[in-house]
Amino acid sequence: MTHSGTVSRAGRIASVPEKISITLRVNDKAVKLQVAPWTTLLDALRDHLDLTGTKKGCDHGQCGACTVLVDGRRINSCLTLAVMKEGAEIITIEGLARDGVLHPLQQAFIDQDAFQCGYCTSGQICSGVGLIAEGKARTPNEIRELMSGNICRCGAYPNIVAAILQAMERS
Amino acid sequence: MIPFQYTRANDVADAIKQIATDPSAKFIAGGTNLIDLIKYDVEAPSRLIDISHLPLRSVEPTSAGGVLIGAMVPNTDLAYHPLIEGRYPLLARAILSGASQQLRNMASTGGNLLQRTRCFYYYDTATPCNKREPGSGCSAIDGVNRINAILGTSEACIATHPSDMCVALAALEATVHVTGPAGARTIAFADFHRLPGNTPQRDTNLEPDEIITAIELPPKGFSENYSYLKIRDRLSYAFALVSVAAALELDGDTIKEARLALGGVAHKPWRSTAAEAALLGQRTDATAFAKAADWLLHGAKGYGHNDFKIGLARRAIIRTLGQAARGKPQSISDKKIR
Repeated sequence: MTHSGTVSRAGRIASVPEKISITLRVNDKAVKLQVAPWTTLLDALRDHLDLTGTKKGCDHGQCGACTVLVDGRRINSCLTLAVMKEGAEIITIEGLARDGVLHPLQQAFIDQDAFQCGYCTSGQICSGVGLIAEGKARTPNEIRELMSGNICRCGAYPNIVAAILQAMERS
Repeated sequence: MIPFQYTRANDVADAIKQIATDPSAKFIAGGTNLIDLIKYDVEAPSRLIDISHLPLRSVEPTSAGGVLIGAMVPNTDLAYHPLIEGRYPLLARAILSGASQQLRNMASTGGNLLQRTRCFYYYDTATPCNKREPGSGCSAIDGVNRINAILGTSEACIATHPSDMCVALAALEATVHVTGPAGARTIAFADFHRLPGNTPQRDTNLEPDEIITAIELPPKGFSENYSYLKIRDRLSYAFALVSVAAALELDGDTIKEARLALGGVAHKPWRSTAAEAALLGQRTDATAFAKAADWLLHGAKGYGHNDFKIGLARRAIIRTLGQAARGKPQSISDKKIR
């Protein structure tokens, strides 16, 4: 959809709104960017900051591939606007490793063979990191329930649960 | 997404002022439903007024013995709050039955009340829908209506309200606090959502220039005998085909007070005073529960694909009342219905 001053719905708005300057804190770094108000956090990460580890799956909050951590909590980055997250601490899959050492859950995904095609994996891992921080899941059933927002079409679910259990035991 | 302007509201008064000057603007809090609707071209606001930073994030006991919940409290925070887990576990369970943890982390308490139906035709802009485009017709009545309503429907609309949280709030008889240009007022939960009638485009009795500031729970939480049972097409992260919130106050095995609300079957959480009255003074047995189910489902009507919901709801009501009576609420993570 392209716009040249006016939008197709007559009278809705007179002109295309200006881009907004914002500062996001992403993976411990402050980054300035100019975004249109309707830019989702997901698109800002991928298209403005080249952080393409966060995946666009459904773009409607149904698959969980876009899961990132905002102020320590897992959210769907496709259903929030970048302008709404000014000042928030955002962690993506690129920000989980420390000093070249994988996050324990990243290592657990390798150890437990918890992915096949890998498209959902960054969302699964960010979601799992959020789940462990919440401290509400202890059993496999509870992990399955609280990971239900992340779809894996390869069906690696048993291995994903095993990976989260491994990371929980070691953290 | 279509272009829109973005502003932030500094406080409730500022939010009301901003929405008054721009009738085609919308408030955004969690955004989990509104941004999705904008992506589908169902909503086309000129401006989003960000209310997510308003200081409405506390959960506090009231002097009346209840609890006041700020409209911006995220669903997860509410479900895990000690006051809610301890005194209103029915509400906690209902919240955790809905959506995914990511969405519950984003979604606000006020926004949960205002989410729109998930009727397929409401989302499909290529089809007529009286809720999306008043007067265009209802595609669901003669369409694929497996997920649609069986109670309180009209010729204009058979959509359901999708919330789980609201089913518990209806059973608990919460109150909605709202503020508008004329000042603050409260709306009883039963009066907050509307039946479709001839105006299915209006889901609630909130005026367009008003904002929800808080939800108030009365003192009674039914924390001993309650259950929330949600039946859906997969075991988690799906909207209800039928859900039941049941809350009982017992004297031995005699029912002193009963609350019963259904989700997934109507344009609003469905209650019936006759069904609840029918339980009073009765023993907690299947005969009494079946009678209450029949009262609650009185006048239920299927539209073809959703005919199964009538029998399903009847059985679910009986099961949920049994769970409540035994003090064994439905588990969130163990999916077996006992």
